[in-house]
Amino acid sequence: MSDGNARRGGGPPTTRSRTRAEWERGTLERALRRAPERGAEFTTVSSLEIDRLYTAEDLGPDWDSADRLGFPGEYPYTRGIHPTMYRGRLWTMRQFAGFGSAEDTNRRFKYLLEHGQTGLSVAFDLPTLMGRDSDDALARGEVGKEGVAVDTLADMETLFEGIPLDRVSTSMTINAPAAVIFCMYLAVAEKQGVPFEKLTGTLQNDILKEYIAQKEWIYPPRPSMRIITDLMSFCARSVPKWNTISISGYHIREAGSTAVQELAFTIADGIGYVRAGIDAGLDVDAFAPRLSFFWNSHNDFFEEICKMRAARRMWARIMRERFGAKDPRSWTCRFHTQTAGFSLTAQQPYNNVVRVAIQALAAVLGGTQSLHTNSLDETLALPSEEAVTIALRTQQIIAEESGVANTIDPLGGSYFVEALTDRMEREAMDYIERIDRQGGIVASIETGFPQKEIADAAYRYQRQVDDGAKTVVGVNRYGMAERSRPETLKVGPEVEEAQLRRLEEIKARRDASRLEASLAAMRRGAEGDENLLPLMLDAVREYATVQEISQALVPVFGTYQEVSVI
Amino acid sequence: MTEQRKLRLLVGKVGLDGHDRGAKIIARAFRDAGFEVIYTGLHQTPEMVVETAIQEDVDAVSLSILSGAHNYLFPRVLELLREKDASDIVVFGGGIIPDEDIPGLKQAGVLEVFTPGTSTDQVIRWVRENVRPRPL
Repeated sequence: MSDGNARRGGGPPTTRSRTRAEWERGTLERALRRAPERGAEFTTVSSLEIDRLYTAEDLGPDWDSADRLGFPGEYPYTRGIHPTMYRGRLWTMRQFAGFGSAEDTNRRFKYLLEHGQTGLSVAFDLPTLMGRDSDDALARGEVGKEGVAVDTLADMETLFEGIPLDRVSTSMTINAPAAVIFCMYLAVAEKQGVPFEKLTGTLQNDILKEYIAQKEWIYPPRPSMRIITDLMSFCARSVPKWNTISISGYHIREAGSTAVQELAFTIADGIGYVRAGIDAGLDVDAFAPRLSFFWNSHNDFFEEICKMRAARRMWARIMRERFGAKDPRSWTCRFHTQTAGFSLTAQQPYNNVVRVAIQALAAVLGGTQSLHTNSLDETLALPSEEAVTIALRTQQIIAEESGVANTIDPLGGSYFVEALTDRMEREAMDYIERIDRQGGIVASIETGFPQKEIADAAYRYQRQVDDGAKTVVGVNRYGMAERSRPETLKVGPEVEEAQLRRLEEIKARRDASRLEASLAAMRRGAEGDENLLPLMLDAVREYATVQEISQALVPVFGTYQEVSVI
Repeated sequence: MTEQRKLRLLVGKVGLDGHDRGAKIIARAFRDAGFEVIYTGLHQTPEMVVETAIQEDVDAVSLSILSGAHNYLFPRVLELLREKDASDIVVFGGGIIPDEDIPGLKQAGVLEVFTPGTSTDQVIRWVRENVRPRPL
């Protein structure tokens, strides 16, 4: 045939095999001459440049699906950690809740359980998150504002009143004083007669991202890591089904990182915990299966999906190849996802329902194990019950109406999705290698490297919004005069007053000498290398407060003061 | 004739709230706009902020509060400034602050409250129009 291999079988010219270069020189160039594209470059929300079209050429000649993707439930887990994914079981719909007093939050938990939610998630107020009691000077005005106030075991008893702990899985968003709050949860289980082995749930307990992004700390990084390895070791022995750390990219992203930075710094934190566990003498397969992750799902649909797919592959390779883990459960990056709080706008707040739906869909297509969808009113105040319900219904619509849960990783094999997954993995690994050269994540944090990278990215993004290079609908484009604001939830000053009275009563009821003895024993344990968890549990049983327990260790561990860079 | 000196602004994070994305962005934007900026860092008490403001002779204090504690923290800073005879230092701020709380804060003496979605340029313009160098 005169036309050579270009026109096999003599078919019409439209079906002949053409190269991308031919298409670019022909059809595309003519089209561009008639009408240029909308912009000179197209970028993700994180400023990754995206090409016009992706083809097999973007994956390269060596791209091998067995190596890059594998099959669901098998190494390297790119397509998902379970062999049946959502055909077997849907993701856990887990709405974070907590406000005001323990009674208020207990009522909200019961409401959510009655409405089909399948797991609890506790938000604590700022004083609790910082290891301070409600009666501390710095707690003024903050008690019960952003979450529930917990000072002593008595508050945890109220929080879980009427909720059998062997029947729910509970996620607790607490970091600096995580071990103390966890001991309180264990003590509630004891009182309910539930054995520790039956407890399921997750402690955020990710102190490294606190130094990087969320900034809620008590001690310097190194003693904080010791408490974490004590907790991992205690759980490996006594609370085997508990997820000990939820290694969190969420807050790193909210602090303004790009998607690649979120991926990189979070996996680097994970490496830090695994290294610390191994250095403390633990067998990697004894604790690594209980590590899980927590990602942010932002507006840029494909970037988020690819981030989650890349995370699974990176973690599997790091755990197997770098740390020599043998148990496949140590290789799997299980994760929770929350939609991006930062992406919500106070302007035209009902638009947030749409943003949350897109972000939630990305999380599902990214293969999440559990999901929190933000409420439309979260940039205004704490979510109202109606807004929380819409957020939960959003997940139910995705799960049961959209059809996306019918098949596993439906975007796998897309030229674009695979090329972007590969690229994000590559760029994140570059960061991880830099951090390794700095001596690991703890040393890197001490020099302020991740903090500076994030601050730079946050500033760059704000400039892009300010000059209109990035659109925020209803804010820098399509703004309009606002009519009404949705009803929001208010936490009044009476919550603080009531909590202070309650704390005073509890303090008055305690046995002072037993309390002192338990705190002193804990301090002695900290000076040596005894596991701190059983000692903390003893102090908790004496109704020691979060602050008393935290402060008892300060003489041994010291406190942390950040060097702020702007 | 004296050339007008640069405005000195304190950017502060009061309370336990560690959300410093906004504070750091505004501090950097102020600096890029040619103001002198003092950033307090995290977890400051109102007393610490006022102390720094006076020591550093700032013209204005800008507070970033996302924790919901604004109704306590803003008035407390203003009260302390009055006690120290420094009520000519302008106080403004921003964060997650419900619309209905803003009139109360302004009545307490907060000159302006910026809510989410405000551009850094808007804040800078406002500062140029509303903050004057204090006689030292």
